[in-house]
Amino acid sequence: MNQRYLLAAVAALGAIFTPLLLTLQAQSQAATQMSVQTSKKQTASAHSQQQYQSEGERVFEQNCSRCHTAPDGFSPRISGTRVRHMRVRASLSQHDAQELLRFLNP
Amino acid sequence: MSRPILRCSLAQIARSARLVAFALTVFFTVRYGVAQDTPLISGGVAFFSNTNGGNTSYMPIIEPLIDIPIGNRILIESRAVLLENFAPNGNGQPGYDHTHFAGFTYLQADYIASPHLTVVGGSFLLPFNTYNDRLSPVWISNFQDGPLIASIGTMSSGSGLGGMLSGSAISREKYSVNYSAWFSARSGNEQFNSKRSSGGRASLYLPTKRLEVGLSYDRLLQGTQENFLGAHVWWEPKNTAFRLRSEFARGRHAQGYWVEADYRTPAFGGLNSWVGRFEPLFRIQQTFRRDTISSDGVPLVNTQRADFGLNYNLPHNTRILTSYSRQFSSSGNANIWETGIVYRFLFPVWKGKLK
Repeated sequence: MNQRYLLAAVAALGAIFTPLLLTLQAQSQAATQMSVQTSKKQTASAHSQQQYQSEGERVFEQNCSRCHTAPDGFSPRISGTRVRHMRVRASLSQHDAQELLRFLNP
Repeated sequence: MSRPILRCSLAQIARSARLVAFALTVFFTVRYGVAQDTPLISGGVAFFSNTNGGNTSYMPIIEPLIDIPIGNRILIESRAVLLENFAPNGNGQPGYDHTHFAGFTYLQADYIASPHLTVVGGSFLLPFNTYNDRLSPVWISNFQDGPLIASIGTMSSGSGLGGMLSGSAISREKYSVNYSAWFSARSGNEQFNSKRSSGGRASLYLPTKRLEVGLSYDRLLQGTQENFLGAHVWWEPKNTAFRLRSEFARGRHAQGYWVEADYRTPAFGGLNSWVGRFEPLFRIQQTFRRDTISSDGVPLVNTQRADFGLNYNLPHNTRILTSYSRQFSSSGNANIWETGIVYRFLFPVWKGKLK
């Protein structure tokens, strides 16, 4: 009986999430097409379009922010320490760590 | 007779090693702690409440983390936890009782040996699946409670005392491969308890798809030797604030999985608008016992649990966590209500000089 409730809940959530995922996928494809079109114009890219302004921003988005949001603000004195911490925690390569440092402390 | 002597000498060695490490740390940080590499203190402070079966408990907790870079290649890092738990007295007695806990979560030295290799020594978080070493900090986890299977493959303490090799084996624009391989010795030290064990994890990440898949394996090498297997899949569809994380773990006596989804909408003024700061969550988890031997922290009977959460990401690194969970098992069903507030702090240890 209880398992039936659970299965019903999962099915209901699946029904909710499936269209959501399809919408997200459609948004993703639309944004990708848009970014391809605009890349030729070299326009400043919007954050939501994932047209990264720098290699370091890409590294941040694809590694650090997968687990946690960016802290609101921090002293530039600790940017190197943070990058070294992330290099160990997220197994960043040396190149990615250097780009990330440049992004955090331009 | 040899064991107490061994324990005594190990304790003396550990004490001496701690003193030497502390002295070296102070020396090198004073010598090299300048520019962007000033040591930092980070972490989270939180207040949680949990109502399970009508009993409400309260838990203030602080998890400080310290990072001390030495030279260009070494990092000393440590995380600790200090908490106080206020729970109602049992047996129908009124009032609350409280317990406290303070201890190190890990204390490790990292040596960046090459662009693709980091050598870790000391007490380190076991890299089995993703929860233990990536999601467990109080300022990162979406739910107050960890997954039911979090104890599978993490050798009770969640940390090992020994060495680990880790790094990025390959890092390309379209894919990267990360690895970890570790060995832990047996330790009965109160702060750095660990079991003799070894293991590793490998994961493949496709940045363009924002998809990560990984496999973990470890083996307990003391007492009844046991193997643990794990697998994880993370997916964050590109250009969205949707995240899907999942893990499967299998031990000798139990197995289970969890799948967690969370979403923030940028549709109403971006992620930092008052609407975009809401973060609805859902997690489903199931555990299955393979036998009746309970050498792990997994529930003693097959259990299903659905967690529904709604977090709010306030400005200034503060989050409000709320969730309702319904747990089903043959030992009884339960409603679990949880609320909490978490603040993440991050600051340099001292005012270092900028280059």
